[in-house]
Amino acid sequence: MLPEKIIHDLERRARRRRAIDRWFGRLGMVLTLITLGILAVLLLNLAMSGLARIDWHFLTSFPSRRAAEAGILSAWVGTLLLMVVTASVAIPFGIAAGIYLEEYAPKNKWTDFIEINIANLAGVPSILYGLMALGLFVYSFRFGQSILSGGLALACLVLPIVIVATRESLRSIPATIREAAFALGATRWQAVWHHLLPYSTGGIATGVILAMSRAIGESAPLITIGALTFIAFLPPPAFLANPPFVSFEWLFSPYSALPIQMFNWVSRPGEEFHANAAAAGLVLMVITLSMNGVAILIRRRAQRNIHW
Amino acid sequence: MAPAFVAPGRRLDKAVEALMVWILRLGGWASVLVTFGIIVTLVTESAPFFARVPVVRLVKDTMWTPLFSEPQYGIGALLAGTMVTTLVALSVAVPLGTILAIYLSEFAPARFRELVKPMLELLSAVPTVVYGYFALLALTPLLQMLYPDLPQFSMLSAGLIMGIMIVPYVTSLGEDSMRSVPMLLREGAYALGDGKLGVAVRVVFPGAFSGLAAAYVLAISRAVGETMIVAIAAGLQPRMTINPLESAATVTAFIVQVSLGDLPHGSIGYQSIFVAGAMLFLLTLGFNLAGHVLRKKFHRAS
Amino acid sequence: MNAPSSPPVAGSTRVSIRNLKFYYGTHQVLQGVSLDIPAFQVTALIGPSGCGKTTLLRCLNRMHDLYPGNRYEGVIRLQPGDTDILGPGVDPIQVRMRCGMVFQKPNPFPKSIYENVAYGLRLQGMNRRRDLDERVEKALREAALWEEVKSRLHQLAHNLSGGQQQRLCIARAIATNPDVVLFDEPTSALDPIATSKIEELIVELKKRVTVIIVTHNLQQAGRISDMTAFMYLGELIEFGETNRVFTNPAKPQTEDYISGRFG
Repeated sequence: MLPEKIIHDLERRARRRRAIDRWFGRLGMVLTLITLGILAVLLLNLAMSGLARIDWHFLTSFPSRRAAEAGILSAWVGTLLLMVVTASVAIPFGIAAGIYLEEYAPKNKWTDFIEINIANLAGVPSILYGLMALGLFVYSFRFGQSILSGGLALACLVLPIVIVATRESLRSIPATIREAAFALGATRWQAVWHHLLPYSTGGIATGVILAMSRAIGESAPLITIGALTFIAFLPPPAFLANPPFVSFEWLFSPYSALPIQMFNWVSRPGEEFHANAAAAGLVLMVITLSMNGVAILIRRRAQRNIHW
Repeated sequence: MAPAFVAPGRRLDKAVEALMVWILRLGGWASVLVTFGIIVTLVTESAPFFARVPVVRLVKDTMWTPLFSEPQYGIGALLAGTMVTTLVALSVAVPLGTILAIYLSEFAPARFRELVKPMLELLSAVPTVVYGYFALLALTPLLQMLYPDLPQFSMLSAGLIMGIMIVPYVTSLGEDSMRSVPMLLREGAYALGDGKLGVAVRVVFPGAFSGLAAAYVLAISRAVGETMIVAIAAGLQPRMTINPLESAATVTAFIVQVSLGDLPHGSIGYQSIFVAGAMLFLLTLGFNLAGHVLRKKFHRAS
Repeated sequence: MNAPSSPPVAGSTRVSIRNLKFYYGTHQVLQGVSLDIPAFQVTALIGPSGCGKTTLLRCLNRMHDLYPGNRYEGVIRLQPGDTDILGPGVDPIQVRMRCGMVFQKPNPFPKSIYENVAYGLRLQGMNRRRDLDERVEKALREAALWEEVKSRLHQLAHNLSGGQQQRLCIARAIATNPDVVLFDEPTSALDPIATSKIEELIVELKKRVTVIIVTHNLQQAGRISDMTAFMYLGELIEFGETNRVFTNPAKPQTEDYISGRFG
C-alpha cells in the first residue's frame, strides 16, 4: 500500500490529464467546425452577391462592357470544350501509365525515375504547365492560343492525378486474383482487361472525376497561354450538316473559360462586375463541389461492394 | 516441343499482349515527356534572357522591373513576396492542419471522422480563383475593420486564405500517417497511465513524424506555387518587403501580370516570365523531392 | 499403393522432374530435386516451412515467371507429349493451361459463379454458349458444387461460403480438362467440415487428373495421398508410397518430421 500522499498525488495527475484530454477534444471539434464553416461562409458569400445575377440571360449571353448584360455563354462553352480535349488525352494516357507502372514495369532505375518524376509532377505549380504550353504548344507546335493548347496544358496538369488514382486502385486488388487469372493461362493484358480494370473502375472513376474537377477550376495555366476574357462568339461547331459531318476547326479557336471569366470580373473595379464574378464563382463551385461529391459517393460505393 | 494442344487464338493473344505493352509503356513515358517538356521550355526560353542580362544582376538588383525602360532584375523582390505569402499561409496551415490531424486521428469518433474528412478535402477542391475573390472581397474588408491602414491588396489576406486552402493537404496526409502508427505503441504509453493528448504528442507524433514532415513540405510546395489567390489579392507590384501588411507580387503573380498584357514572343518581358518560372520550378522541385523521400521513408517504416 | 479405382495408365509417370534448381535472385531455394510424379494419383509434398515445397509446386506451372529475378535450372517433363516445360521456346501460358492451380485461400473472381468457371474455357477460345453451359455444369458437378449453386449460377461468387468458394476454385481449375491440378495448401483457410469435403473431392478427382498437393497437415497427407515427397531445406529427402513413408520412413529427418520432432 502506497502512502496516502502519493496516491493523492497520482489521482490529481490523472484528473489533470483527463481534463487536458477533454479540453483538447473540444478544441479539435471546434476547430474542425470552424474550418468547415469557412467553406459554408464562402458559399454563402458567393450566393449573397451572385445568386441574383444567375438567370437564363446570364447563362446564354456573351460578356459585355455593361455588367448587367454580361453573361457566361462563351465561358462555359469554352470550359466544356477544354474538358473534351483534356479528358480525351489525360484519361487514356493516365490510365495506361498507371497500368504500366503497377502491372508491367520492371523494378529498375528507370522505373524508379518515372515514379519520382510523377511525384514531382503532382507538385509542379499549375502555372508552370501554362509556361510549358506557351513555349511548346503555342509557339513551337504552332497550335496558337487555342482550345487545343489549353486542353493539352490542363491534360498534362491532371495526368499525375489519373495515374496515381489508377495505381492505387490496382494496388488494392490482392495478388491472388492476378495469380488466379494467370494460373488459368491468361496473358498479362488479359488479366488486366478481364479482371484488374473491371475491379478497379470505382477507384479510377473517382480519380478521373477529381482530375476533371481540378481542371475545370484551373485558371493560371490558361492565363499564360492567352485565354481571352472577351469572346463574343462560339467556336465553330464540331458536327456539320454536310459531309464529312465532323469538323475539328473548333480545336484551333480562341476561347474563354469560366475561371478566366471570373478572374476578369474580379479584377475590374465596380460592385456590378463583382456581382458577376460571384455569380460565375457560384456556377464554378456548384460544378466542382458536385463533382467531388459524386467522386466521394463512388469511392464509398466501391469500398462497400468489393471486399476481398 | 510437342504440345498436347495449342489453344486457338494463342497467337492473337500474344500479338495483343505485345501491342498493349507498348501502348501502356507509352503512357508511362508520357509523364516523363511532360517533365521534359517543362524543363526544356524553361531552359530554352529563358536562355536568351541570360545572354542579355548578366546573372549577377538577379542577385544584385533590388527591384524587379524588366519591362521598364531602365530595367532592374532583382528577383529577390519576387522571392520576398513568395516567401512572405508562404509563411503567412504556413502559419495558418501547419498549426491548424496538425491539430485537426491529431484530433481526427486520436480523438474524434470514427463516424465523425469518416464524415468530416471528405468534407475537409472539399476545401482543396475549391477553384483558386474563387479563393482569390473571397480574399479580396470578403476577407480584406474584414481585416480592414480591424486594421484600417491595410491596403486593398495585401499579402496577409492572400496568405491567410492560402493557408485555409492548404489545411486539407496537411490534415489528410498527417492523419493517414498518424493512424498508421501501430496501436501497440499507443497501448504501451496508455499502460503507463498517459492521457490521450500525452500519447498523441509523445508517441504518435514522433512515430508519424516523417509522414507529417512530408505533409508540411508538400504544403510549402503548394503555397510557393499558388498563383490565382496571390495574383488577385496580394497585388501585382513587385516590392522588396517582408511586411505582410503591404502588397507585393510573388513569382507566380508576376507571371500572371505579364501574361495578361500581350507580349511578343522573344521580347525581354516574355523571356523574364520563363526566368521566373525556372526559379519556381527549382524551388518546388526541391520541396517535392524532399516530400517524396519523406513519404517513402514513412511507408517503409510502417 | 495402387488404388484399384485408378484407370489403367495409373502409375505411369506424368511429371518427371530432373535435377531442378530454383533461384530467387541469387538465393537458391531448390537444390536439385528429382522426382517422378505418377499419373492419376495424389502426390503430397510435405516438409517444414521454407523447405521449398510451394516453390516446387509453382515451378510446375511456371508461376515464378510472373516475378522478376527468378531462375530455373533443370528439366521438368510433362506427359503426354514429353514437353520440357522449362525448355527454351516453351510458352509458360500453355503450360498453365495444362496445369490447373488451386490456391491457399479461396480466390474466386468477383464475378458470377458461372463466369468464374467459364473463364478458363473462354481463354482457350471457347465462346459458344451451349458448349460453355455444358462444360460449366460438368465442372461444377465434378467439384460437388452443382446442386448447391445451380439455381444461382449468375450470382456473385463472393456470396458463397469459404468452403464453397474453394470448391468453385477447384471447378474453375478442372473445367479446362488440365492434365495436372496443383493444390497449394487448399484447406489452410477452411474449417474442418469444409476441409473434409475438399479432401473427398481431391480423392475423387484423381480418377480424371493427376493431383499434386502441398500440405502442412500431415494427417491430410496421410488421408488423401498415394505418394508422399518429404522435402527439407530445398532438397527432396524421401519419396515413396504414402503408407510406407509414414509407417517406415527410410531417412531419419523424415522420421523426425513425421513424429513431430520438428517443423
